[in-house]
Amino acid sequence: MECRSSVDIFTEWDIVAARQLGRNEAKSIGFGTVDQARITTAISELARNIYLYAGKGNIKIERTYDNNQYGITIIASDEGPGIADVRKVMNDGYSTSGGLGAGMPGVRRLMDEFNVQSEQGVGTTITAVKWLR
Amino acid sequence: MNMRIPILKLGDILIVSIQWELDDQNAIQFQEDLLNRLHSKNARGVLIDLTPIDFIDSFIAKVLGDVINMSSLMGAKVVITGIQPAVAITLIELGIRLENVMTALDLENGLDKLQIELEA
Ligand SMILES: Nc1ncnc2c1ncn2[C@@H]1O[C@H](COP(=O)(O)OP(=O)(O)O)[C@@H](O)[C@H]1O
Ligand SMILES: [Mg+2]
Repeated sequence: MECRSSVDIFTEWDIVAARQLGRNEAKSIGFGTVDQARITTAISELARNIYLYAGKGNIKIERTYDNNQYGITIIASDEGPGIADVRKVMNDGYSTSGGLGAGMPGVRRLMDEFNVQSEQGVGTTITAVKWLR
Repeated sequence: MNMRIPILKLGDILIVSIQWELDDQNAIQFQEDLLNRLHSKNARGVLIDLTPIDFIDSFIAKVLGDVINMSSLMGAKVVITGIQPAVAITLIELGIRLENVMTALDLENGLDKLQIELEA
């Protein structure tokens, strides 16, 4: 069972739109306020990374159902420069833009599942899932 | 949506209540406005109330952290009030610590704390 909606990321306004979409979706799936904040924050981090490092891309929000469990899936994809060393960017504090370097490791901790697929010169797709408990 | 965050003055304390979601532009504007007001009003304390804020990402956290550090550089004490439980939890999970800053549960406690600090 799947139900998806998405936001194209071009400007910082789209970052706001993506996290509002995510929060509404999380709320309607039945996530509590703490998980709503986790999901909203994760979307914000991924959308801002697209905006900062790839220029443009897309955030998809899917309602997921698997193994008798409901959840929400965030798919952040772009055709930007890609990530040269995925291990490095998962370290707290690593940033190439003078940021806090908290986005990637933070999203991994905020969500239950986290997967990065990236190829230099091709782009990046990050999939993150939160399960409803 | 260029909405400036209002900055109120009470004695030698500046009070800011962040009422809506900050976007990048508003965040940077807020940083500048607050530091300018600190300078022109000779304020010694800053209270930033976050009660209505339901999430903080690393970008907003950086803006807040920078404001706190810049205010300290200018000799002002800063107190942050009203951080919601969900916000506190996600900030820690993001790995973000707001250092060099006093916190208080609500505006009233925050004002008390600042007052005591300024009299010391
Ligand atoms: N979608 C992306 N495309 C290319 N590089 C990325 C992408 N997302 C993250 N990165 C790289 O990973 C680094 C760490 O990202 P993050 O943890 O969000 O911290 P920050 O954004 O503060 O630098 C970034 O500085 C950037 O070099
Ligand atoms: Mg980031």
